[in-house]
Amino acid sequence: MGDLSLDDLSNQYFDVLKELGNIGAGNATTALAQMIGTKVDMSVPQVRLLDFKDVGDMMGGAEQIMAGIYLAVEGDIDGSIMFLLGKVAARHLVDKLMGTGHKDDDAEFDEVELSALKEVGNIITGSYLNSLSMMTNLKLVPSIPFVAIDMAGAILSVPAIQFGMMGDKILLIENQFFDEVKLSGYFIMLPDVDGYKKILSSLGITGIEL
Amino acid sequence: MSQIIKVGMADLNICVSPDGITTLGLGSCVGIAVRDPVTKIGGLAHIMLPDSTEIKNNTNIPKFADTGIEELIKQIVAKGASRSRLVAKIAGGAQMFAFQTANTSMRVGDRNVQATLKKLKEMNIPVLAQDTGDSYGRTVIFYPENGNFVIRAVGKPEKII
Repeated sequence: MGDLSLDDLSNQYFDVLKELGNIGAGNATTALAQMIGTKVDMSVPQVRLLDFKDVGDMMGGAEQIMAGIYLAVEGDIDGSIMFLLGKVAARHLVDKLMGTGHKDDDAEFDEVELSALKEVGNIITGSYLNSLSMMTNLKLVPSIPFVAIDMAGAILSVPAIQFGMMGDKILLIENQFFDEVKLSGYFIMLPDVDGYKKILSSLGITGIEL
Repeated sequence: MSQIIKVGMADLNICVSPDGITTLGLGSCVGIAVRDPVTKIGGLAHIMLPDSTEIKNNTNIPKFADTGIEELIKQIVAKGASRSRLVAKIAGGAQMFAFQTANTSMRVGDRNVQATLKKLKEMNIPVLAQDTGDSYGRTVIFYPENGNFVIRAVGKPEKII
């Protein structure tokens, strides 16, 4: 994996992510509003660099049930991208999207609803990828989406392990969307080591020995 | 008063009966519970990656199966357990997303389980039970008092191995 430590790189990348968080969340909000057919507002995204042990806590505990939508990214950089939201928020979005009326918060997702959820993830991560692509001029092609509904800690172990190959922290963007309810979404982007370098150098940040 | 000690991701700790020790939401990571049945001293490690020698930035000992298990055993023995009586149970190593099956570096759940079993074998610590693989997260609680390793998953009945 080279000698790159994410912990060293975090400053420059942090700023990039902040900017990406702002533009991407704006686009995602618009896409979300179009998809569910109501007005959606958002608050300023927070970019966080967390120790592994604190990751679950920020989402309401490692056992909090979340929906995670995961896509691989190819093109000029290889990596993956993940969007997480709480199960209740996921249920709310799916009910809106399907137009079937509100189900119980604890209701399990059926096949069609899981597809709808994948589509939500697809559109939201697509908004971020487009923003990043425009900022950097890099070609980014996402795979089909994969979904898991499980404990936050378990879902987050996937990106955490990828971050774990480079350092001891995980970088994520927290977005809050509001329609009639507050929906907290978390967005995690994981370029591989060369990917970090390409993103930073395409933004004119050079001189980092990787 | 007994308490339950919490272990985070890439973390480890030890405990003495009647206390228990837990880690929440294991996904592709592996939880390794070890105890000495006589002194009832035990511990739990939550490892993320199989091999510290594959990675340059490897100073975080509990992050890796190889170094994490060594450190766990060291601490349990330092607390007064007998090295030769130690036994282990393991859980975790799931593949949370179907996508992960294609790419070998993504099949880290399997690799974590294999590396854990290999390290425990090398150190002559018998593995009495395991609940690994599959595609769901697990919360585990270990009691050095009787060796019960309680496993909880979303939408599944609690299991004791």
